[in-house]
Amino acid sequence: MKPAPFKYHAPTTVDEVVGLLAEHGYDAKILAGGQSLIPTMNFRLAQPAVLIDINAVSELAYIKSNGDGGLRVGALARHAEAEHSRLVAEVAPLVHATMPLIAHPQIRNRGTLCGSLAHADPASELPAVLVALQGRVRASRQGGSRWIAAEEFFQGIFTTALEPDELLAEAAFPPLPSRSGWAIQEVARRHGDFALAGAVAVVQVDEGGTCTAARLVFFGVGEGPVLARQAGAALVGAEPTEQRIADAAALAANNDVPTPHEDIHASSAYRRHLVEVLGRRALSQAFARATAEER
Amino acid sequence: MTTRYFGQRIKRNEDPVLLSGRALFTDDVHLPDMLHVAFVRSDHAHGRIVSIDVEAAREREGVVAVYTAADLGDYWQPGPLLVPPPPIEGIVFNARTQVPLAKDKVRHVGEPIAMVVAESRYIAEDAVEDIFVEIEPLPAVVDMEKALEPDAPLIHEDLDSNLAAHVVQTKGDYEKAKAEADVVIRRRFYYNHGIAAAMENRGMVAHWDAKTQHLTMWDTTQAPIAIRNGLAAMLGLSTSQVRVIAPFIGGGFGPKIMMFYPEEVLIPWAAMKLNRPVKWIEDRRENFFATTHERDQIHWAEIALTKEGRILGVKDTFLHDTGAYDPYGLTVPINSQCTLLGCYDVPNYYSEFKAVFTNKTLVTPYRGAGRQHGVFVMERLLDIAARELGLDRNEIRRRNFIPPDKFPYNNEIIYQDFVPLVYDSGNYEPALNKALELIGYEQFVKEEQPRLRAEGKHVGIGVVAYVEGTGIGPYEGARVQIESNGMVNVATGIGTQGQGHFTSFAQVVADQLGVDVRKIRMVTGDTAEFHWGTGTFASRGAVVAGNAIHAAAAAVRQKILKLASQELEVAEEDLELGDGKVWVRGVPDTAIDLGTLAVKANPLRGAVKPGTEPGLEATAYFGPERGATANGVHAMIVEVDPETATVQIKRYVTVHDCGRVINPLILDGQIHGGIAQGIGNAFYERIIYDDNGQLLTASFMDYLIPTAMEVPPIEIDHVETPSPLNPLGTKGAGEAGAIPTGALFAQAIEDALAEYNLEIREIPLSPNRLFELIQEAKAKKGGA
Ligand SMILES: Cc1cc2nc3c(=O)[nH]c(=O)nc-3n(C[C@H](O)[C@H](O)[C@H](O)COP(=O)(O)OP(=O)(O)OC[C@H]3O[C@@H](n4cnc5c(N)ncnc54)[C@H](O)[C@@H]3O)c2cc1C
Repeated sequence: MKPAPFKYHAPTTVDEVVGLLAEHGYDAKILAGGQSLIPTMNFRLAQPAVLIDINAVSELAYIKSNGDGGLRVGALARHAEAEHSRLVAEVAPLVHATMPLIAHPQIRNRGTLCGSLAHADPASELPAVLVALQGRVRASRQGGSRWIAAEEFFQGIFTTALEPDELLAEAAFPPLPSRSGWAIQEVARRHGDFALAGAVAVVQVDEGGTCTAARLVFFGVGEGPVLARQAGAALVGAEPTEQRIADAAALAANNDVPTPHEDIHASSAYRRHLVEVLGRRALSQAFARATAEER
Repeated sequence: MTTRYFGQRIKRNEDPVLLSGRALFTDDVHLPDMLHVAFVRSDHAHGRIVSIDVEAAREREGVVAVYTAADLGDYWQPGPLLVPPPPIEGIVFNARTQVPLAKDKVRHVGEPIAMVVAESRYIAEDAVEDIFVEIEPLPAVVDMEKALEPDAPLIHEDLDSNLAAHVVQTKGDYEKAKAEADVVIRRRFYYNHGIAAAMENRGMVAHWDAKTQHLTMWDTTQAPIAIRNGLAAMLGLSTSQVRVIAPFIGGGFGPKIMMFYPEEVLIPWAAMKLNRPVKWIEDRRENFFATTHERDQIHWAEIALTKEGRILGVKDTFLHDTGAYDPYGLTVPINSQCTLLGCYDVPNYYSEFKAVFTNKTLVTPYRGAGRQHGVFVMERLLDIAARELGLDRNEIRRRNFIPPDKFPYNNEIIYQDFVPLVYDSGNYEPALNKALELIGYEQFVKEEQPRLRAEGKHVGIGVVAYVEGTGIGPYEGARVQIESNGMVNVATGIGTQGQGHFTSFAQVVADQLGVDVRKIRMVTGDTAEFHWGTGTFASRGAVVAGNAIHAAAAAVRQKILKLASQELEVAEEDLELGDGKVWVRGVPDTAIDLGTLAVKANPLRGAVKPGTEPGLEATAYFGPERGATANGVHAMIVEVDPETATVQIKRYVTVHDCGRVINPLILDGQIHGGIAQGIGNAFYERIIYDDNGQLLTASFMDYLIPTAMEVPPIEIDHVETPSPLNPLGTKGAGEAGAIPTGALFAQAIEDALAEYNLEIREIPLSPNRLFELIQEAKAKKGGA
């Protein structure tokens, strides 16, 4: 379990990083927290010829509020910082609540939010959260950068819209509008394991309690975050009763989510069942939050 | 005597060095010019080796040598049969032992084929990728039942089937008992016991000193003396030319007593051949393939009872997967066979098993060592019988416990130590009563559970009992010696893997000699210090080595008294020992400290009386006539979420009887660790092979050991029924925690999900499996 030989660079500025990416592109990998990359290198499943370690690029180490009241998270912001940040708790309570579900404290001390997004593990929580909140990421390359919406960014298992010469420089999580609620629910084998299945719900109601928006996103059951459009649409325009919520969750499990995969920990049938149960629980909790408080 | 340490909850002597990272583990051994090893291991479960191309690897910079079986010459030999079969009438046993490097055939994924020795482990692993092995795949034998079908591919082609062993043991006449029974229950059970997953993997460092013609090997073994003896024989050396040191070890649990692992044969050989120190540290991935497993058995079991719930007899037929080779003999299945009877008075027993070869990693004992499998079958049979008979689960157990006046109790079958399975002592009902009281059984069942159920919660309770055969022979020894500075050296042959030997053994010595427990310097597992003994296994350290140390310390005490009586000119009976001194009772001024006495016992000039032995030193041995039987009761409360099929442990209670307790703190720790592994076994850990014999659970991402988050606080109480078989009255405790947890989970989950009427006949479970069982139950309910 020793990695294959590689060249190592430790740049200190974003300019240097994108310069190195331009030079090495396909042969290079960014090293952020290393919590996913190093194990795959030790198993020799990944054998990048060049590692570009961004841990010394201090300009990427930030979590700050955005002009729109949302959150901006730089590529070097660690999970543990978001977990313990008052700003995140206030501005992006869903992101805050997600942190303890990601791995263990030791891993969160090193792992980065942007690393979780760039890695795009289908069982990972943060990509689903970004899609549920309709967030975006900024990709930088030599000579410029572009914003990519969450739904376009995630393209499959460990696959994103990022080009080989691009750095994921930061992610933006927009603020929640008033009378909205959120929830995240998952089943993992043990505390800190990747989820067998999980659901993120972000909903909004009007003054009369009618649902005006509902985004239900699943993780662990598809090739990436799965947005349940039909379930969401079924809820909008009506009062979110227990029955409607249960029906929407069933609709998600039966229509929105393609047949989930099977592995040694969970059959496809069990995952589909969890989609329905967790979808229902997430929606109920999100609507309860939306109706309970004047956010 | 001023102090008495025996029975005291004192902190461990070894913890300061362990906790501050100053203890020596095998990987801490760094020697000048040391080389590093990596292995090419088989990717195929079963296949014929066509060719091995090592040329490119040999040419890689930094590679010193590459060896295949062909390079070993006469040194290539199948390993020894470590445990021969017990003397059971009609036994069939086919010994086929592992080889250092696969020659013509590979028989399991991970079997070593070639060995690379290089300047660093990195280079060695790079070179492994240079080596090309062509293997013609053969169909893999994976399924135990299919392994015995007439057309199954043969793993060992010189045998006419994949049968490794066939054993029948009986007591009384089961068929007759069955004919008289009111109720007969028959079920199929499956139990898979996983891997030890010790925190420290295996490893060894070998150093050949050509000038002194002496070999030193640091090895993570549980049996350093046996390794030394075997190595000397294999390498053509005298035992005095070989020193094996088992330093601190991060967990043994059984797999580290297996010998000889191929690496243990190869590393010292390479060190001698290359005349440079050689290190190999197993990585986690290798550990999954190359360190032994325990794995699975399928049982078809039957219990015959009266309508009052009295057991008339038990019949059990089972298959045991022994993996590709069987150097460890039949310890695991014999343990299953013998432990199945548990705490119960079973007048008639028929037990038959077949051990089968499969294309999987070898199976040898892992904490519990087959006992889990037996306990699961018996406890499940009793639960099902209780349901059938409308009896309370505790009542059916009470009615069948062996009563205290029936000990020693003869089960009339042969145990793993080759002598009849006779329980030395026991008192089972008090343990059950204590456990019920501790967990609040009555109150839970009558008040709490109905209340919580009314709130829609699915809570359940489980209570199971078990015995553990411990402290088997043949023998261990120890040397105790008082130094001129008053410190006491104690050496014993067994190695230590976290059991607290430096403390519990020191307590035994301190009591005999009247010295501070911190003044005792223990050495375990170093053949240069003590070289007779067998090893740390079968919960025997405290019983066998403990009593040897006790005997050696008692002999030193006699020497102290004798010499002091001469020096002080009083009778031995008038002397007292304490605080590291000896004095005339009532006359503290006469005190001589033991260090001074030790100097007097070793005169440098002058003459001594004929027959005088120097020093305050003694060596003693202890071998029990047979093992001591410990027992216990575990109880647990769980909450199940039937929608997600997840389980939460709310409380866990253990009442344990291992005879007289040397150190309750250490004992609690042993039980905690065992229970953590038991919880892993019951609900998290599972070894999975696919149909081609590929191991699908070869990392901690897939093989799930419980963490501190999954293991609840554990409440422990004790009953003390001393063993009459040794002077200290101790029984072993090493495996206790791990044994009944599977049976306990099954019962508690059934209780929590009472409305679904589940019958759990397999371990491990998982949320996925529980989901399936619930779905099946729902379908049945709907259909009925
Ligand atoms: C035991 C364990 C349990 C875990 N459990 C969970 C869990 O429950 N949920 C979960 O979501 N994750 C889990 N993880 C993964 C963990 O959260 C990782 O830290 C995270 O997925 C990746 O973040 P990182 O900073 O460590 O990225 P790295 O490991 O450094 O990189 C991962 C990949 O992303 C690329 N990358 C990283 N940053 C950038 C960037 N800024 N721009 C472009 N490419 C980049 C790298 O090149 C690499 O390919 C677990 C990990 C472990 C070891």
